[in-house]
Amino acid sequence: MEYIVEIKNLGKKYQSLNGEINALENINFSIRRGDFISIVGPSGCGKSTLLSLISGLIPKTYGRVIINGRESPDVPDEIGYMLQKDQLFEWRTILENALLGLEIRKTLTKRTKEDVVQLLATYGLFEFKDKYPSQLSGGMRQRAALIRTLATKPEILLLDEAFSGLDYQTRLAVTEDIYFIIKKEGKTAILVTHDIAESISMSDRVIVLTKRPGRVKAVHEINLSCKNRTPLSSREAPEFRHYFNIIWRELDVHV
Amino acid sequence: MCMSDLPDQNISPEHKAFLKKVKLKKISIVFTQITLLILFFVMWELAARFEIVDAFITSQPTRIVKTVINLYREGQLFHHIGITCLETIIGFILGTAFGTLIAIVLWWSEFLSKVLEPYLVILNSLPKIALGPIFIVWIGAGPATIIVIALTISLIVTILEVLNGFLAVDREKIKLVKAFGANKFQVLTKVVLPASLPNIINALKVNVGLSWVGVIVGEFLVSKAGIGYLIVYGGQVFQLDLVMTSVLILAIAAALMYQGVVYLEKVIVGKRQHKSTG
Repeated sequence: MEYIVEIKNLGKKYQSLNGEINALENINFSIRRGDFISIVGPSGCGKSTLLSLISGLIPKTYGRVIINGRESPDVPDEIGYMLQKDQLFEWRTILENALLGLEIRKTLTKRTKEDVVQLLATYGLFEFKDKYPSQLSGGMRQRAALIRTLATKPEILLLDEAFSGLDYQTRLAVTEDIYFIIKKEGKTAILVTHDIAESISMSDRVIVLTKRPGRVKAVHEINLSCKNRTPLSSREAPEFRHYFNIIWRELDVHV
Repeated sequence: MCMSDLPDQNISPEHKAFLKKVKLKKISIVFTQITLLILFFVMWELAARFEIVDAFITSQPTRIVKTVINLYREGQLFHHIGITCLETIIGFILGTAFGTLIAIVLWWSEFLSKVLEPYLVILNSLPKIALGPIFIVWIGAGPATIIVIALTISLIVTILEVLNGFLAVDREKIKLVKAFGANKFQVLTKVVLPASLPNIINALKVNVGLSWVGVIVGEFLVSKAGIGYLIVYGGQVFQLDLVMTSVLILAIAAALMYQGVVYLEKVIVGKRQHKSTG
């Protein structure tokens, strides 16, 4: 299987009493296993809708979403979703939060639980496993949220503005952190963001969407000449500005 | 914030002074509260003794104490308190349980909730006490009727309060569990119910008060036993000592029950945040 995700002629219309909103139109792209893809676009262009369609949370109007060669009417097991805020449940401990997905999928066993504890240990949250989310810093909460997503062993991670709830400094650090974890676990990732710099710094490819109705305007392969690429070192690469300027112009922002 | 959570070592003198000031303020508030209460009863007693007020219609603290002792000797005191408290607790538990259950059903079916909305609004504004005589005819003049009156008074408020809590649960949290493939029942048990627990407990707090209203009014109407009965009976035979005594007992019982709910809230909600501090 060459492509893990294939989007073919995908479209979404929202119905309301005031009429029809054409959110996405004729979206086509494919993602290779292990790739990190970013989707950028002006606000309201249907970026988040696209993730919801891929994850099967909302029904598509037309087109196909093929994951691992299959089309599924429900939420596919291969997918892990990360939302804007960490959304850790304040009534659960960190470990209980991390086990949420396993509980819902009814795959919580002694062995899978041990795996999650192992994940927490690997990423420095073992000693916080019995704490409540309010006792953790923003960065640690984000990491806990990622582990909750990784607990169900997804192959594809969908990150919906996943870091936008954080202040800028924390955001840079968390981006670095999450990037390492995703790469280490060998996951495929799709990041939706309005932050051009963030999209370039993290991805192998950036997909630019147009204003509503969202269509694919451009796809950029990001090739940066820096060793040991990380989100932070990417920002130092000479090509970074170049990509930034192209995408900025394509987004066509007017105030 | 619990002061004892702070590490004992290296407290600066400024911090020490601050803590002392906070403590002093707390003590002075409690002190004033207790003084006010004592002052009230002393003034009452003195006013009655020196015939500034007519003790026949205002009663007085010493007479209240005597009444309590008499009631106790006759074996009446705990009989009436017991009946009223039992009715209140049962009405309160049933009101909360049914209210939450119906709220769950309405959350589950948006159609049903839309259909029933106007009826709920009307029932909510209807003074439920007006239904008292109907229940007496249907169920009979006994504790069952009183419990039903208490139940109806708290039921609708509970439904509305809890349902609003359910609907106010963060959509993103629901999206999160749906992204794990959760079905509707799992959305309810994993997110909606635990997230609205503080709301449900708030409803409990309101319900305690409402259940007391229901039970006392019920006892007024049924007039067989209980604190409400003592109040009505005392009023009819012009024994204000009995009325005042009953009202005081009622105040104490209601306060105790409310504190019980507050304690419950601390146990359930409090542990969410500061379970493993220190």
